[in-house]
Amino acid sequence: MERTNTLSIRQSRDTDFIREVEEASGQDVSKCYQCGNCMGSCAYTFAYDYPVTQIMRLVQLGQKDIVLGSSAIWLCANCQACTTRCPNDIDVARVMEALRIMSRKSDTVSLPDIQAFYDEFLRSVKTFGRVFETGLLPIYNLRAKKPFTDFDLAPRLLMKGKLTFFPALVKKRKKIAEIFEVVKRDRFSKDGKARPEPLSSKTDI
Amino acid sequence: MKRVAYYKGCSLEGLAAEYDRSTHAVCEAFGIELVEIADWNCCGSTPAHSYDPLLSAALAGRNLAIAADQGCDMVMTPCPGCLKSLKGAQEACEDPGLRKPFVELVGRDVDGLKTVSLLQLLYEEVGPVAIKKAVRRPLTGHVLIPYYGCLLTRPAQKAKFDDPENPVSMDRLLEATGALVPDFPYKTECCGATYGVTRNDFVGKLSGRILDMTARLGGEAIVVACPLCQQNLDMRQDQINKYQKSALHLPVPYISQVIGLALGMDPKELGMDKLCVSPDILFEDRAEAEGKAQGPGAAA
Amino acid sequence: MRIGVFVCNCGTNIAGTVDTAKVASEALTFADVVYATNYMYTCSEPGQQEIQRAIGEHGLQGVVVAACSPRMHEPTFRRAVEKAGLNKYMFEMANIREHVSWIGNDKAANTAKAADLVRMAVAKLRFNQPLFSSKMPVNKRLLVIGGGVAGIQAALDCADGGMDVVMVERKQYIGGKMAQLDKTFPTIDCSSCILGPKMVDVSQKENITLYASSEIESISGYIGNFTVDIRKKATYVNWDACTGCGACMEKCPAKNTPDVFNENLGSARAINIPFPQAIPKKAVIDARHCRQLNGKKCGVCAKICPVKAIDFEMKDTIVTEKVGAIIAATGYDLFDHSVYGEYGAGRYPDVITGIQYERILSASGPYGGHIQRPSDGKEPKNIVFLACVGSRDASVGRPYCSGVCCMYIAKQAILTKDHLPESNSYVFYMDIRAPGKNYDEFVRRAQEEYGVQYIRGRVAKIYPRGDRMVVQGADTLLGVQVEVEADLVVLATGIESSAGAGELAEKLRISYDQYGFYMESHPKLRPVETNTAGVYLAGACQGPKDIPSSVAQGSAAASKVQSLFAHDTIETNPQVALVNERNCIACGKCIQVCPFGAIQWKELRGGIKKAEVLPTVCQGCGVCNATCPPKAVQLQHATDNQLLAEVNELCA
Repeated sequence: MERTNTLSIRQSRDTDFIREVEEASGQDVSKCYQCGNCMGSCAYTFAYDYPVTQIMRLVQLGQKDIVLGSSAIWLCANCQACTTRCPNDIDVARVMEALRIMSRKSDTVSLPDIQAFYDEFLRSVKTFGRVFETGLLPIYNLRAKKPFTDFDLAPRLLMKGKLTFFPALVKKRKKIAEIFEVVKRDRFSKDGKARPEPLSSKTDI
Repeated sequence: MKRVAYYKGCSLEGLAAEYDRSTHAVCEAFGIELVEIADWNCCGSTPAHSYDPLLSAALAGRNLAIAADQGCDMVMTPCPGCLKSLKGAQEACEDPGLRKPFVELVGRDVDGLKTVSLLQLLYEEVGPVAIKKAVRRPLTGHVLIPYYGCLLTRPAQKAKFDDPENPVSMDRLLEATGALVPDFPYKTECCGATYGVTRNDFVGKLSGRILDMTARLGGEAIVVACPLCQQNLDMRQDQINKYQKSALHLPVPYISQVIGLALGMDPKELGMDKLCVSPDILFEDRAEAEGKAQGPGAAA
Repeated sequence: MRIGVFVCNCGTNIAGTVDTAKVASEALTFADVVYATNYMYTCSEPGQQEIQRAIGEHGLQGVVVAACSPRMHEPTFRRAVEKAGLNKYMFEMANIREHVSWIGNDKAANTAKAADLVRMAVAKLRFNQPLFSSKMPVNKRLLVIGGGVAGIQAALDCADGGMDVVMVERKQYIGGKMAQLDKTFPTIDCSSCILGPKMVDVSQKENITLYASSEIESISGYIGNFTVDIRKKATYVNWDACTGCGACMEKCPAKNTPDVFNENLGSARAINIPFPQAIPKKAVIDARHCRQLNGKKCGVCAKICPVKAIDFEMKDTIVTEKVGAIIAATGYDLFDHSVYGEYGAGRYPDVITGIQYERILSASGPYGGHIQRPSDGKEPKNIVFLACVGSRDASVGRPYCSGVCCMYIAKQAILTKDHLPESNSYVFYMDIRAPGKNYDEFVRRAQEEYGVQYIRGRVAKIYPRGDRMVVQGADTLLGVQVEVEADLVVLATGIESSAGAGELAEKLRISYDQYGFYMESHPKLRPVETNTAGVYLAGACQGPKDIPSSVAQGSAAASKVQSLFAHDTIETNPQVALVNERNCIACGKCIQVCPFGAIQWKELRGGIKKAEVLPTVCQGCGVCNATCPPKAVQLQHATDNQLLAEVNELCA
């Protein structure tokens, strides 16, 4: 994300965005007083473009484009350290999760490879009902154009008999696929009302 | 005999097969009947709740619904990631906005069930005292590091088990086997989670420092209760060594394996041979050398 | 009755959302109302004169003012009508500000509600009777509860004014938290050097009676005439004999007694005088750790004591004191940081609290004023201070600012550099709160002259690595995670209300907030008064405070007591219960329910029993009135007839 010299707050402030984040996460972001405990706790601060404290600040300022385009929200591992220690009892991890979903919907995912892994994972679930680890990794690595990743692990896992070559199949796979279809069709909002925004094929499974 | 629905989760039929095997062995030893959830499906894990709250809730919730239909009131899963999803489904079931579509998709409500991890089940339903009594092969003289990972006790309001910053349940269970358990400051630090696949260096950095601290405290092994932590620390230990230019060789057994070992079970039966880093050091009997009086098994 | 109604605009406070002219014109239609008007500020002098003029001009016999809460201005208007010749109880107030204009924006609805309230007040007033108070003598003795710096200041001010003062202190010594401090900000003067003389004064003033190791058992009575039972706890040492020589302490074999005065750094003996300058300088035996008192053979202190002051058979005793006013100065406690799992929950010896660090810095402290680590006695090189531990933290139920920590951290960091010139101090803070005189300059000096590193961010976690503590947090100004390897970590634990504050408040019949701090009568204009007449507040029992503010409040409370004691008598409140003997059936229910013991039996000629209210003890709560089956007990100025008249109007 390109940084500007002056952030023209009034022009770029999107109050609907603040409300949507609060609704989707169930959190009151105005409670954040920027103490930095979340970023001090976060194991991934070193990798974020904006540390999580600043993500919270940007949400308070309604800076939708910066937030939804940030890599931070996709690098969050949901480890709950921020949530556990927030002095204002904000479920920060939940806010990050809400932002991930929103960035998917607005088609502004900054790290497509991570989304691709998630998508591959969900495709596996949708197809087999369960995750087929042995199949998932190579397919993902192929799609991510780094086919030799984790090649070093293969011989040992083979020797240990840890790799299975056939996916375990759930009998009622139709039911699982139906769950995906219903969710995809309706994408229920918190209030239970259907939200008919179609997703681009790029951002959906 | 206590009857508990068993939600295995995908990892336990793949890379964490030994966790499944040792869980069965230990539960059986303590008279807990594990009822496998029929035709269970994947909980959706992180990818599902990064996609839509309802997807995650419905995928996990279907399993709870089956468990309830099988007449169980408690569901145990050894995987903390799965546990988070199961609890998420129960939360959705109580959420006024999500309840209706949730029930439509999975066919019933699931908020009445108690959902626990294997660690919670062993700690609350068996307990350190019973374990100590049952120990046949005390691990006296072995220094074991308890590593809980990020999700087992967090967030506290949802996990409702042990302490979010300094959990002690695994410490107590390991002490019951006779092992020496130092105060480990990285008990709940993140191991790198799923970034083993997408950002390998993250695991090098985060799991690396957990292994370093283990070695610094004189730990011979780092005991885990999460398949993902186990994969990162064990399967990827060579990658970590390469990343941080170290030569660590620390076995990473599951809590169920360590307890099984102390109960005198055959390591093979517990799937100890499946661990990437050899756990042979744990098989050394140091109780003799330490003097039998100190062995908790000797007193029992 | 001829009634006048005055509706106050209160500037725009009321008139902004209430049509006051309409309320006045509507009031003219109510029974007995002969005059009604609205006015800009009824409480102003011209406003009061307008009431008095109308009383004369229209021959008013009763007045209703529709304005603010009676809390502030009921006395104002009662005085005004009294000056115009009415009995001051022929007045009623309708609260159309707090109960109407401030809580709704619908002008039509507000106006209707305001008119309803006025109608109720008029209906009540029609049943009002002139009431007359009597005069009671004032007992010009003061009770001060708590012997910290605020209580000491209040006691000395009143004693200087020639009044008798009784001081009760829970601990065995006076001086409070200030006695534990090394130096004070922002002047770095020695705490015991400035407090010591005042403590000595308390012990030497002939008109101050000090009960140390004592607590309030019960309080009865009312302003001017309180009776207080004081529990003198068993000290197992006869203080009349004890000379404070300390021989007993040297020989006592119970060496593992926690040293409470030194915040459990090091240990004391079971018989102890906590510090050399202690007032009173008398020994006390800690019954939990004394060998003799726990059934073991010992009695060494009794053998060694040159004046035979030891008394293992001593029991608690109760003494009764009569006073005319009470100042509560019970101080504060410090937040227990064991709830912070991320900071080790108290299990790391080198993670200490600010007050522990004060004891370390003190020359009379556990290490003789040499800074060292509790774990291994090593001199620390890198010291980290954490602000806001148990302050501004809603997740631990302490959302408020403790107000003193920013300053004491700066002081401790400066002193650290003075003690150990080679050391480095780091301060993790969220905001610097230094609004006092010369305070901000002091904090700047810590940074500019003493090289203290201030890091803007909260600490996420503290954990051991080798023999050091890793402090992991954030520098939010840089947007990076930071860690400092520290030899010693000092947690600036925040201020919370004193243990047992709630129980004492109930004995004093004063209110306290959700955190246990005592409520002042008005946050700006009555800062040291409570809502119970004759009970005043001083110091941190009312809220977090530093030394200058505590001393100022001590003096302020003393001046309130002195103005009370400037009178020989006070007027009693006639709004008390009264028994109509003809209706009393002598069931005794009122005697059972009265929380103040204000009702007793009275025998008429022929042995007939009736209930009788002691007007000086009655607090006017009305429980007897509600309980009495034949309604023979009536609370004056709130009789059944008066309340029912209001209800009838509302339901009409």
